[in-house]
Amino acid sequence: MTYIKPNFRHPNLPVNDLGYRKSDYEGSISTLCAGCGHDSISTAIIDACFESCIEPHRIAKLSGIGCSSKTPTYFLGKSHGFNSVHGRMPSVATGANLANRELTYIGVSGDGDSASIGMGQFVHVVRRNLNMLYIVENNGCYGLTKGQDSATADVGSVSKSGNTNAFEPIDLVSTALQMGATFVGRSFSGDKDQLEPLIKAALAHKGFALIDVISPCVTFNNHEGSTKNYRRTREDVEAMPLDFVPMREEIKATYSEGTTKEVCMHDGSVIHLHKANVDFDVHDRVGALSAIQRCKEQGRILTGLLYMDPDSEDFHVALDTVNKPLSRLSEKELCPGSKVLDSINDGLR
Amino acid sequence: MRKLKSVNDFVVKFANVNGSGSASANHMFAKAIFRMGIPVSPRNIFPSNIQGLPTWYEVRVSSKGYLGRRGGVDLMVCVNPQSMAQDIKEVDSGGYFIYDSTKPLDIRLMRDDITFMGIPFTKICMREFKNARQQQLFKNVVYVGALAALLDLDFAVLKDLVGDQFKGKEKLIAPNVHAMELGYQYALENFSCPLDIRVERGGNIAPHILEFDHILMDGNTATALGAIYGGATVAAWYPITPSTSVVDAFGKYAQRMRIDPGSGKKNYAIVQAEDELSAMGMVIGACWNGARAFTATSGPGLSLMSEFLGLAYFAEVPAVLVDVQRAGPSTGMPTRNQQSDILAAAYASHGDTKHILLFPATPRECFDMAVEAFDLSERLQTPVIMLSDLDLGMNDWMSPPLEWDDDYHLDRGKLLNAEALEKAEQFGRYLDVDGDGICYRTLPGTHPEKGAFFTRGSSRDEYAVYTESGEEYVKNVDRLLRKFETAKQYVPEPKIKLAKTNKKDKKGNKLGAIFFGTTASPSYEALEDLAEEGVSIDTMRLRAFPFNRDVDDFINSHDKVFVIEQNRDGQMRRLIINECEIPPGKLVPILEYSGTPITARSIAQDIRQSLSTGGATVTTLHPELA
Ligand SMILES: Cc1ncc(C[n+]2csc(CCOP(=O)(O)OP(=O)(O)O)c2C)c(N)n1
Ligand code: SF4
Ligand SMILES: [Mg+2]
Repeated sequence: MTYIKPNFRHPNLPVNDLGYRKSDYEGSISTLCAGCGHDSISTAIIDACFESCIEPHRIAKLSGIGCSSKTPTYFLGKSHGFNSVHGRMPSVATGANLANRELTYIGVSGDGDSASIGMGQFVHVVRRNLNMLYIVENNGCYGLTKGQDSATADVGSVSKSGNTNAFEPIDLVSTALQMGATFVGRSFSGDKDQLEPLIKAALAHKGFALIDVISPCVTFNNHEGSTKNYRRTREDVEAMPLDFVPMREEIKATYSEGTTKEVCMHDGSVIHLHKANVDFDVHDRVGALSAIQRCKEQGRILTGLLYMDPDSEDFHVALDTVNKPLSRLSEKELCPGSKVLDSINDGLR
Repeated sequence: MRKLKSVNDFVVKFANVNGSGSASANHMFAKAIFRMGIPVSPRNIFPSNIQGLPTWYEVRVSSKGYLGRRGGVDLMVCVNPQSMAQDIKEVDSGGYFIYDSTKPLDIRLMRDDITFMGIPFTKICMREFKNARQQQLFKNVVYVGALAALLDLDFAVLKDLVGDQFKGKEKLIAPNVHAMELGYQYALENFSCPLDIRVERGGNIAPHILEFDHILMDGNTATALGAIYGGATVAAWYPITPSTSVVDAFGKYAQRMRIDPGSGKKNYAIVQAEDELSAMGMVIGACWNGARAFTATSGPGLSLMSEFLGLAYFAEVPAVLVDVQRAGPSTGMPTRNQQSDILAAAYASHGDTKHILLFPATPRECFDMAVEAFDLSERLQTPVIMLSDLDLGMNDWMSPPLEWDDDYHLDRGKLLNAEALEKAEQFGRYLDVDGDGICYRTLPGTHPEKGAFFTRGSSRDEYAVYTESGEEYVKNVDRLLRKFETAKQYVPEPKIKLAKTNKKDKKGNKLGAIFFGTTASPSYEALEDLAEEGVSIDTMRLRAFPFNRDVDDFINSHDKVFVIEQNRDGQMRRLIINECEIPPGKLVPILEYSGTPITARSIAQDIRQSLSTGGATVTTLHPELA
């Protein structure tokens, strides 16, 4: 299949502060199934990056393997991308970030990619607080290998082939919180109003930012028996709508007291949480864990920004690496030269 | 009884208990001989255990400068009752056996063709030292003192070494020297010193050794220094013997040499990953993003890294992997030596993959090749695997000093910066512009409009656009083959040495021998012994894969070629058969795979046998372990 994308764009399309158009953040045409939740997430990423005014080429996008992991081709065409191997994107992202701490890293993974084959790498990248946005496009199944249950499928969920899942699901959000994640959110691919500001906030976060996005697979998991179909997910969501104001903009008090909570990001930008359903403290890790659990017991999925540590320090701080990207150190800075080697030789005589 | 006699040519072996503090005393003994200017090669033969099991330390002294294992033992120092029966058996006829005579020796173990010399180490230490720890530790120092008298070591050199060792802990110097003197005195008073085997400065030492001022260092430390000098900034790893000390040493030197003077922060990052998969992923991520990164591992880790190695090969991402080889799977032999990851490394991963391999044979080569590995992997945009082994990596080797040319510049390969991209008319990540199979790459974040591409496995066209077209796939993997051809001109060439006399064997065959890494040293020795018996064999020491034309030519110009290596399946032989246009029957395997490093004696014996029977010989078990 080939797609030809129209090059023509209306000249009056809006530009962001850097002078980039929205189209500068787009990628190739998606080849996923029409209606796939993953495509909506790509759109939210495009919009969030456009509005966050990040230069497209200063973003690196990485993924594992799966339908979800294919999506980086469909956004940010001016950015370098790396479609790595199944479940191992966290390690590749870690290496990339170690080499150059100045870029913005967006990792895209699936529930199979992160909660099964890549579970080990997932928990360890959380522990390291690598500075990156990590999106799990969570459809409760293996899309690309045709619909097998994944480890996030709910007990009792029926796969397309008719199998009923008997195993406890892994909740990546709770796992991340337990591993000390410094930014954790959950959303739904069909709820752009919530997802986009969440992505923007995550991009502004210094450290590991996980967003678990429920993203129904229209082909294998959008039938009655699945608990991650569109209808069920929409009904079961207990959402906290939110809004993100980048630091550059004046913070407007458009939300009335009592329904809105302002959360300040490390860089001074502000996130507005509309506390629609629960009285929520995003700085309370234990509270977040129990709220998620309470919702689960009621058969509901808690979404929104669930936890954030404004004082988060990323992996480079822990490693005490120089501010300059390691990839840009000069030969002089790297190579100690012959005199030093001579003295090492002397010590070995 | 005939007693062994020799000046500067013998093997001393220490039988100790793991964790009893013998290592530093033994090392001091070897280093004293080294400082006297006499070629010496010490080896640890140790269990995968922290305390309590038998461990051996073998010191080869060789006037001709042979640093491999010779085979046999001339003098055994046994302080481990557990292994005594085996240790007594192992001594060559005419040799010496030193034991702790605090308790009488079991008469049934006695041999009448070797000399038993009892020294009451325990009794001496109980008498002289008060605390239990010292009583235990100084037994080791006492036997070093005794050896000094017996073998004619320079006592002043030993004293200097004690001073070096306890720099900063001066209080420990006097009791150590005292313990050494106790052993020295005891030996002088009770035996006729020196023995018929002994050391002597100068004298019969080979001229090529006298020419150099040598250093004594292990291969892993040299590899780590190579990584520092080669500009590595990211090391990601997962602990595994015998590779651990590569990253340990990298960290130690980086702490000294890689601190940013302005900020006091680190110009490097070391990550202990959750496993080897992750370690390799980090290396690939870092290299993709422009850093020089490496990992160090051993066989089991190499297996885990396989999937990623395939990705890096197809995606054409540089990466440096140091595999310090050891025997087989984890349980049982992890601290024993082998060269058995050759095929696993050469063809690691799924799909049609091949990797660049380097085979260092000395610490000096570990250093040089580590630097070269980074250059090669960036020039060729592919993983480079350096195959060292436990013997080279963890033991001290006498080596010419490391050298660095300050005019040398790192070769970053075909890497386009923003300026070059600006000028470029079109950029295709996988376009073979120069026809050598190597394309131009760019790093993330370089240019706002040009040069961005999507890195993925095999399904992409020359512009890195996703495609599942068979035609594009074939074009791409054929180009990768072309790149592998190009690699032949960049990798280190084999070292060929022609025999002094160019004689054919009795059957009219012109003979050759191929070896690599730590098999080289004992092979040279074995072949020199054979030369004295009138057997002339040309040699080729392999230093890299892919093999260049020289390898084919060498084999083609000989009728029979021994391939000497340390694994069961003759892996290098198979790799050669696979890759070169030669009749396989010419290649005769000479093997050792018991886990202890191959010896010159066993190589010579196997070749003799092969020449007399005409067939292939395979060493089953090392004779001393049978
Ligand atoms: C090592 C390995 N094992 C198995 C596969 C096959 N495989 C490809 S995608 C996939 C599952 C992907 O599931 P998920 O991460 O949930 O992504 P989705 O397609 O659902 O978005 C599997 C098992 C693979 N590519 N690599
Ligand atoms: S199979 Fe499912 S997850 Fe994959 S593209 Fe289709 S809808 Fe999306
Ligand atoms: Mg999935």
